[in-house]
Amino acid sequence: MSVLVEVGDLVKTYGSGDAETRVLKGLDLVLEEGDLAALLGPSGSGKSTLLTILGTLMQPTSGRHSMLGEDLTRAGDAALTEFRNRHIGFVFQFHHLLPDFTALENVIFPTAIAQGRETAGARARGEDLLERVGLADRMDFRATQLSGGQKQRVAIARALMNQPELVLADEPTGNLDRESASQVMALIAEINQQEQTTFLISTHDEKIAAACRRQIKVVDGKTVSD
Amino acid sequence: MLYAIKIAWRYLTASKAQTGLLVAGVATGVFVFIFMSALIGGLAVYLVQQTVGDISHVTLEAPSRDAGLLLPEGVEAQLVQQKARGQRDTLRSAEAFLPAISAMAGVKAVSPQIVGNGFVIRGQSRAPVSVTGVEPDKVSAIADLQSRLIAGDTVLTNNAVLVGKSLAEDLGIGVGQVIRLQSDRNVERSLVIAGIFKVGVEALDARAAFVSTATARTLFALPQGLSRVEIKLDDLNQADEFAVRLAAETGLKATPWTQGNAQLLSGLRAQANSGNLIKGFALVTIVIGVASALLLSTYRRRPEIGIMRAFGAPRGFVVAVFVLQGTLIGLLGGLLGAGLGYLALSPFPLPENITSGSLPIDVRQGAYGLAIALTTIGAILASILPARAAARVDPVSVIGQ
Repeated sequence: MSVLVEVGDLVKTYGSGDAETRVLKGLDLVLEEGDLAALLGPSGSGKSTLLTILGTLMQPTSGRHSMLGEDLTRAGDAALTEFRNRHIGFVFQFHHLLPDFTALENVIFPTAIAQGRETAGARARGEDLLERVGLADRMDFRATQLSGGQKQRVAIARALMNQPELVLADEPTGNLDRESASQVMALIAEINQQEQTTFLISTHDEKIAAACRRQIKVVDGKTVSD
Repeated sequence: MLYAIKIAWRYLTASKAQTGLLVAGVATGVFVFIFMSALIGGLAVYLVQQTVGDISHVTLEAPSRDAGLLLPEGVEAQLVQQKARGQRDTLRSAEAFLPAISAMAGVKAVSPQIVGNGFVIRGQSRAPVSVTGVEPDKVSAIADLQSRLIAGDTVLTNNAVLVGKSLAEDLGIGVGQVIRLQSDRNVERSLVIAGIFKVGVEALDARAAFVSTATARTLFALPQGLSRVEIKLDDLNQADEFAVRLAAETGLKATPWTQGNAQLLSGLRAQANSGNLIKGFALVTIVIGVASALLLSTYRRRPEIGIMRAFGAPRGFVVAVFVLQGTLIGLLGGLLGAGLGYLALSPFPLPENITSGSLPIDVRQGAYGLAIALTTIGAILASILPARAAARVDPVSVIGQ
């Protein structure tokens, strides 16, 4: 397997002067293609900040960050936005679907943004993904008409729409009941297995972490075990 | 852009009541704009019609000429030149120009006239009058005496005269009765009252008498030539340009109606400025309304904007979504307001046909296209601030909420 993401000596500070807070303190991490990794650590350890930087939503204060061989630390906002659209998918704890859109419209959103319109090809892929996550009969339902588990499955389908190499999931089961959480994790494992999509899942749930092939623990802004 | 339009439309239709109220607010502003345009425009038409409708738009007269000095070159002399006063300036060559002037584009009527002063004498009563000699077939060419006739007719034979209602009442005369008309050339004629008119302007109704040019020639001892030529145009707003052109082409003195009505023009300008001010306030209200509604929408949709940005929507796309919402609101409100304005103003009679005391609204001057265009532009401008605010939303700050 080849290296997908590499960060080295990653530092992130918030504020300045006396109010300066250093969240990441020289963190190193390598993710390889096809990884299914859990990101563990106590609250405030820097997990969310790390995911945000890996998702190109935020720039580190210092350190190296590359993905697919591209140095992302020096890229501008427009370039990072396009990179994110093509190569990275997100699954959030609170799903964050667009409430005025149907399940299918939510799923094809990343492709429609890239192409400027909803193409027939995008709709076909969106329908395939929704069938795959078991929501073939909910395609035209508004996001507000879906249950919590269904919303999270739609969010997973959306994250996969542009066939990204990396999917970052922040507590994807944190807001679900046990049964829905198991279904979502099974789905992630299946996609990882079949498409070799790399998943990095931030979680406090030991069972979720155990379902991953790799566990990365972050404490006080550094990786302490892998 | 197609996808941005879809999202903008979806956002607008997602909150139907809010969008409906916003569009209704914009439409109300547009209605006010159109109402003011139609009212101010109509009032201008009405005032001009009432004031200028019965006077000449351009008047040709003899140019004032100073006597030439016949001193040989090199001779120095001190002169005191007294300008001639009270002489009759007559147009001796005007007849030659009449066919050409009548044929000019934009000329509605041409009336060659002989004018002078005199007295109407009836028994022991004498009333000073301004006598106008007109060609019998052009009695109503400038002032529409035909439609203002209250007795008799406007057929001007060589022994007929038309007088105003006030003059007739002052002298106690009626149609068919004979008066004597004495000119300032001391020529006197007995004339029959052919008709009595009421224009509504006291200067005409109490102090004017119309006779045929043939009668006027004898009264004012003017066997040839004319006193003036009055011209009426299709568009009285062209009078200034027309006068300049006529003066250049004929060498005569051409006076547009605007020279003697500066106060009216000033009043109309002040009225138009007041209307523009009110229309400007209506537009500002629209801009503020749209901007505040979209700012609220921006705040309400911050999490969604953050998600769009996280999934790769460029800042320009977010700006486009909100600017398009403003555009659609402006366009819909503009069309609705313009449509309602047209429907509401259509039943009003045109200013040319209204009776005294009615509201002079001119539905033709509603400036519908301008209202829609300015409203749409205003709404677009109003949406820029919310759109920029939306584009600045940090996805990190809202995703965690």
